[in-house]
Amino acid sequence: MNINLLTDEVLYVLIGIVAVLIISTIITKIMKQKNNSSGLKEVEMRIRSWWLMFIIFTFALIIHSTISLIFMALLCFLALKEYFSLIPFNRAHRLVLFWAYMTIPIQFLLIYLGWYGMFIVFIPVYMFLLIPIQAIIVGETKNFLRSIATVQWGVMLMVFGLSHLAFLLVLPGREESVAGAGLVLFLVVLTQANDVAQFIWGKMLGKKKIIPKVSPNKTWAGFIGGVLTTTVLAVILAPLITPFSLLASIIAGLYIGLTGFIGDVNISALKRDLNIKDTSAIIPGHGGILDRVDSLTYTAPLFFHFTRYFYF
Amino acid sequence: MKNILFALLVRPVILFVLGLNIRGRNKLPDKGPCVIIANHNSHLDTLVLMSLFRGKSFAKVRPVAAGDYFMKNKFLAFFSTKVMNIIPIERKMTRDFRGMFKPVLEALDDNGIIILFPEGSRGEAEQLSKYKSGIYYLMREKPEVPIVPLFIHGLGKALPKGSFVFVPFFVDIFVGDKFFYTDNRNDFMIEMNERMDALQEEGQFNEW
Repeated sequence: MNINLLTDEVLYVLIGIVAVLIISTIITKIMKQKNNSSGLKEVEMRIRSWWLMFIIFTFALIIHSTISLIFMALLCFLALKEYFSLIPFNRAHRLVLFWAYMTIPIQFLLIYLGWYGMFIVFIPVYMFLLIPIQAIIVGETKNFLRSIATVQWGVMLMVFGLSHLAFLLVLPGREESVAGAGLVLFLVVLTQANDVAQFIWGKMLGKKKIIPKVSPNKTWAGFIGGVLTTTVLAVILAPLITPFSLLASIIAGLYIGLTGFIGDVNISALKRDLNIKDTSAIIPGHGGILDRVDSLTYTAPLFFHFTRYFYF
Repeated sequence: MKNILFALLVRPVILFVLGLNIRGRNKLPDKGPCVIIANHNSHLDTLVLMSLFRGKSFAKVRPVAAGDYFMKNKFLAFFSTKVMNIIPIERKMTRDFRGMFKPVLEALDDNGIIILFPEGSRGEAEQLSKYKSGIYYLMREKPEVPIVPLFIHGLGKALPKGSFVFVPFFVDIFVGDKFFYTDNRNDFMIEMNERMDALQEEGQFNEW
């Protein structure tokens, strides 16, 4: 166990999550005895998956920082693979996908080395310019733009975006009491809580739809309730596991709530375009990895730069 | 040796690097004798189909493969027969179907789960080529054995014929209802084609 990462405060937050999970498990058990609808069954399945994801994530976070990096690289890989398996693609450009996968080990090596300057330009500059070369060598120009653009979009979201989560772990000059793991925990808990809160507020009060064409289940009540819940949670958690002041924690909460929503509907729009419901069936009740990390593709880079600009 | 290879290498790679979406898993038989037929796009097809079986039924899985290809040299022959436990058959015109299929029939007598690719060879990536009628002549010898059709999508993208670069993709597998031999060759081939087409259409895949 990496004692450095597992401060008392991080431990309190983890215990808090366990408490929330236990309470929600009990509530669904009680509700299920009253009426046994299929909707409730799905909620039950989701909570069971939350337990499993929480356990895996916690172990990945606290055992060792290198293991955390490997875990997050695997997360990027699974999300990218789901995306590549769904998009229409010209088979002549198959090798482009191979190089796109190769960005993951390189990006995470840069993170491991803590080489910020390269981490931040490797995909947006170098891979952006290098990826078309493979397609040019193959020589197939049919759907050239489509192949290059879809690969670039995927690598930016699923590798560049998500890998910011990992760079939080190696932020230099952090204070003794506030380890990177605390920031990762803060971001992941708030992003996921935002998703859940939006779902619950939407179910309870939701009437007016916010973007019916992209995501028919999203309502204004869900959106606003979710953002406010996330902000309250941010104010509670920030003193424990982040260096944020009260004002910064309010802004971080609003920021994660808003951008998490955009990340969510961004992937929803993709799925609607491709005419699918879930990106895969790997997490029972939730769908695919991409369905679960959709909000994180936005919150991770944006929260990272917010934190880095003001605190590191 | 087959068990070790699958437990340490094949199953983890299939689980993490590829990832399977299986629809109709309960239609997969848990014991032989039976014949599994599938479309063939990649060398990985056989490994993935074998990995669908576990424990006792895994020991009974026998892929039918081309003798001229898989017995080409000593190393390949050792790997094919001792590790993969294939049944090599000769791909050539013959009238002596019973003689040609003898090892397959013996395996079926031994409650084997036979994996067979009726296309005869790996086709163009993610496209069905025409099924050969060899399957008809095999089933004529064993009309009581059920045939389970199965459609695989994704492996032709991951490792197509003629490529050595492996690119990870999700693999979708559709298992169909079992069916049996019918006496008329034409009817049998039409039925098989219809069943495979129906499985393929279930997926609604983007063109590749």
